[in-house]
Amino acid sequence: MIRYNWVEKLYSVLANLLMIVLCIIFVVPLILVVSISLDNIDEIYKFGYSFLPHKLTFDSYRFLFLKTNTVLNAYKITIFITALGTTMGVIFTSMTAYAISIKAFRYRKMISYFIIFTMMFSGGMVASYIFMTKYYNLGNTIWVLILPGMVNAWNIILMRTFFMSIPDTIFEAATIDGASEYRIYLTIATPLAKPAYATIALFLSLAYWNDWFKAMLYISNEKLIPLQYLLVRMLKNIEELQKAEHVMDSAQTFPSETIRMAMAVVAAGPMLFVFPFFQKYFVKGLTVGGVKG
Amino acid sequence: METAVLKKSAKELGVKKRVQINKKQNKQLLVLCLPAIAFFITFAYMPMYGIILAFKHYRFDKGILGSSFVGFDNFVFFFTSQDALRVTRNTVFLNILGILLGMSIAVILAMILNEVKSRPAIKTYQTIMLMPHFLSMSIVAYIVFGFLNMDLGIFNVWLKRIGMEPIMWYSEPKYWITILTSVRLWHNVGYSTLIYYAAIIAIDKEYYESAYLDGAGRFKAAIHITLPMLMPMISVLFVMNMGRIFHADFGLFNLVTLDSSMLYPVTDVIDTYVFRMLKSSTNLGQSTAVSLYQSFVGFILVIITNIVAKKIDSDNGLF
Repeated sequence: MIRYNWVEKLYSVLANLLMIVLCIIFVVPLILVVSISLDNIDEIYKFGYSFLPHKLTFDSYRFLFLKTNTVLNAYKITIFITALGTTMGVIFTSMTAYAISIKAFRYRKMISYFIIFTMMFSGGMVASYIFMTKYYNLGNTIWVLILPGMVNAWNIILMRTFFMSIPDTIFEAATIDGASEYRIYLTIATPLAKPAYATIALFLSLAYWNDWFKAMLYISNEKLIPLQYLLVRMLKNIEELQKAEHVMDSAQTFPSETIRMAMAVVAAGPMLFVFPFFQKYFVKGLTVGGVKG
Repeated sequence: METAVLKKSAKELGVKKRVQINKKQNKQLLVLCLPAIAFFITFAYMPMYGIILAFKHYRFDKGILGSSFVGFDNFVFFFTSQDALRVTRNTVFLNILGILLGMSIAVILAMILNEVKSRPAIKTYQTIMLMPHFLSMSIVAYIVFGFLNMDLGIFNVWLKRIGMEPIMWYSEPKYWITILTSVRLWHNVGYSTLIYYAAIIAIDKEYYESAYLDGAGRFKAAIHITLPMLMPMISVLFVMNMGRIFHADFGLFNLVTLDSSMLYPVTDVIDTYVFRMLKSSTNLGQSTAVSLYQSFVGFILVIITNIVAKKIDSDNGLF
């Protein structure tokens, strides 16, 4: 830096201050939810919600994990669909992306257009709904939560762009060895594209973990309700949990307000803990995707 | 790094660029594509065929083919109702508002973030700003509920404390343009900021060096170098976003508003409207028609915006 005087310093300090204020704005809403979940229900009824618990208690969490199966079951469903959906999604996405990244591939253009068209036009919610429920018979099955979200055009394009950045010459060497495309894809392209795999896996697992819409549309079976959809239902009607479990004795106030927020914390928690570790992949993915389609 | 090493070894082997592949390899590559092709046929193209329902009176027992044609009746039904104007206006207006505010704030934040020099600080800010983006709308709805709950919510607790009447937030439409736009910003602005920030740090440092030599301060450099350098990207992203203004974030409008019907005058968008019809109507042809209206206009918008984006910079555009 050539001119580094007090003005420059001032800018830097101001920028930091602004960012800190901003970060507080970003975090405060999250703190509110955590604080409510740890508060005592009687105090809440007296004073309303607050950013610091009036009286610290873990009752709501104890209830969620020890006195009811609903949340644990929803957790299991969510983990299952996230794990299976992400794994299959990453495999299918990378296979296609690898193939259409090769310029000499004869059907490259055709398949690319076939995929990209789905980004621009869709049959819409109703037509999908009819096909899922009437023709594929996927309504009220766990597969309706997994299959439709597995592959999407955006992820394929993103990964294709990454594969294209690997120099052709690397593959050429293998081709001369007589290796099949399957082997090149598995033993050369895949190891080189690890960051792209991580990015896609992150995108997919985030989408699966956070999805409630498909469940809202297709699931009515209590045993198949994923975490986020359980949240959606409890937002409007927390007493449902109480009724379903018949656990609380009537002498005690049912801590519906705090349980509600505890559920939100429990549902958001894992993603918020996991994502900082993968942030660099995420940033990489979004910059590739943001700058070039 | 690995790439560089392999590139060298490939060169040492003296191999040419891969310009031709044989029949067998073509077939193998095609096989690699098959699962995705099957996927798109099943979940994207078949439903596209389902849009002929928009011209039919759908009966569940008769299925898509068996139901009888009714011409444009379903469209007439929608466009002669008052709903058409309302949901279209809400969708487009709130989207444009969100895009304009979101983009300008993100660019400004990215430029401010660029003034921060300490690496650990930058990382921390990035992580925190990105956090809301990782939350599902279902959780965002809980957070908003924490503020707006009639009896216990933070806002009404504060209002009561300063001696004012509490507000029934979930039944007063006039507040919701602000609320929804703020929630949207909070949820997304960190993400867009990072995209612009990545573009800023990719700008060649020499531009700045020479500007400083000429006596420009940091502020001037930001206005005269950073902003113009970002301009192509800003215009392309703007245009691309415009291509999606017919599609609303369903979660934002359905969950965050608690689907309160009193708010529909400002919060009912095409997606929530179609969803309600799907759940309540006996004639799915009508909701398919609304859905098709959305897909069709959306398609035209994407085509137009892509042409515009390519005009700005031929590297841009999806196709």
